[in-house]
Amino acid sequence: MSSNQNILVKLNEAGFSLNNKWLVKGVSLQVEKGKIVTLIGPNGSGKSTTAKIALGIYKKIDGSVKKYTNKVGYVPQKISIDWTLPLRVNDFMVLTESLDKESIDEALSLTGVIHLKDKNLGDLSGGEFQRVLLARAISKKPELLVLDEPVQGVDFTGEIALYELIKKISDELNCGILLISHDLHTVMSATDHVVCLNGHVCCSGSPMDVAKNNEYKALFGEQASQILSRYEHRHDHIHTSEGEIKKN
Amino acid sequence: MLDDFFIRALIAGIGVAIVTGPLGCFVVWRRLSYFGDTLAHSALLGVTLAYSMEFNIAFSVFIISSLIALTLIQLQKRTNLPGDALLGLLAHSSLAIGLVVIGFLSFIRFDIMGLLFGDILAVTVDDLLIIWIGGALILLVLKLIWKPLFASTVNYELAEAEGLNPDRAKAIFTILMAAIIAISIKMVGLLLITGMLIIPAAMARNISSSPQKMVMYSIIGGLLSVILGLFSSLEFNTASGPSIIAASLLLFILSLFNIKQSIKLKN
Repeated sequence: MSSNQNILVKLNEAGFSLNNKWLVKGVSLQVEKGKIVTLIGPNGSGKSTTAKIALGIYKKIDGSVKKYTNKVGYVPQKISIDWTLPLRVNDFMVLTESLDKESIDEALSLTGVIHLKDKNLGDLSGGEFQRVLLARAISKKPELLVLDEPVQGVDFTGEIALYELIKKISDELNCGILLISHDLHTVMSATDHVVCLNGHVCCSGSPMDVAKNNEYKALFGEQASQILSRYEHRHDHIHTSEGEIKKN
Repeated sequence: MLDDFFIRALIAGIGVAIVTGPLGCFVVWRRLSYFGDTLAHSALLGVTLAYSMEFNIAFSVFIISSLIALTLIQLQKRTNLPGDALLGLLAHSSLAIGLVVIGFLSFIRFDIMGLLFGDILAVTVDDLLIIWIGGALILLVLKLIWKPLFASTVNYELAEAEGLNPDRAKAIFTILMAAIIAISIKMVGLLLITGMLIIPAAMARNISSSPQKMVMYSIIGGLLSVILGLFSSLEFNTASGPSIIAASLLLFILSLFNIKQSIKLKN
């Protein structure tokens, strides 16, 4: 454990319920400067909810959440933008913070979408839009980045490059990252701390520790545990629409 | 030579158009046209109260519209009814109460048509002051809340997550809506205020590629509508509100042709 000054956000026994149903309960975790914390878990296990609790989007929560920074970059899992707005990529980049041209161009170049700068946001493909979302989140040089499945819809080579970029950003900006990912391979490659959710924290620790945990094995299956513990990038499984992982 | 009342009306109309331009864009972006209608309907109650208590009309309308807006926010929290049902409830009940109060005030002569559709003859120097000072205040506040309001219009959760406090911006914007209705009611009339907000902004949407341009074109569209509308109102002896709105519709139709041309150019 590092000193308190490094903590960016801290959840203590946090939970959130909607219509008398707990979406997630009893989550304790903290994100520190320069560290990547990854949330994993099946669909509906409360990953996005936990991220929103950490961000302060949900107000009536159980337990407590303390955010020690206001410089936050967020890539939501789902984003619906109303096309009654004439909005170009360039306008979207300065949505929550005024930036100079260099910062905008730099961020767009890093995620490989600088050529789309003057395009209308509605004309982008899913993957392109995802890259713009990530560029927007990093352009303001945040202290805390919350990335909810940041590479969904991005092509395969792009996916690897973007995860490398995320790791690089964490090192260069010394920012803390709360990452939600379905891809267990990437979890192993970059993460400092893994929290496995299933409506509650089912286990947490270093990727190695979690992989050995029996509850984790029960949740993801023996195969997934081998992925985490060995970390070889071999595609020997598929992700079903239910978010489960099946062996080929 | 133009009559004095006409110059007053022109100055008033220009002041209103400069403010409805940017506010109208947000009404279109945030889908608030029925909300605007509801506030405008409730304005009748504000007017009747102003008459019965010998109060300033703009101020009274502002208070009543703000109260209606706050009531709406409370109702949204406490019931599961959809937004449009709540808006209908508030719009028609406040209109009804306004009309009932008029019934009690039989000793005062009301110019109902002027109230509903605007009356340029009624614009006084005091009204000009209210429009220009009130309008400047509205624009100043809008500029201050622009970033959180715009960001939450694009995506609420992004704005909230990145510390912009969108709820406060929304509440302030609601008050601005009440204020613009209060200052423009004499000019356009309460049935047509929402048209003044929406139609120039809709016209601007057709021809603009960025939010800033849309605001600019919306203001220009509003100004042209006021000038065209008021001159034709003088020429054909028609009510000012409908004339202004008809002029803005004309501009909207022209903006549709512009789109077709630009598509042709692309191909």
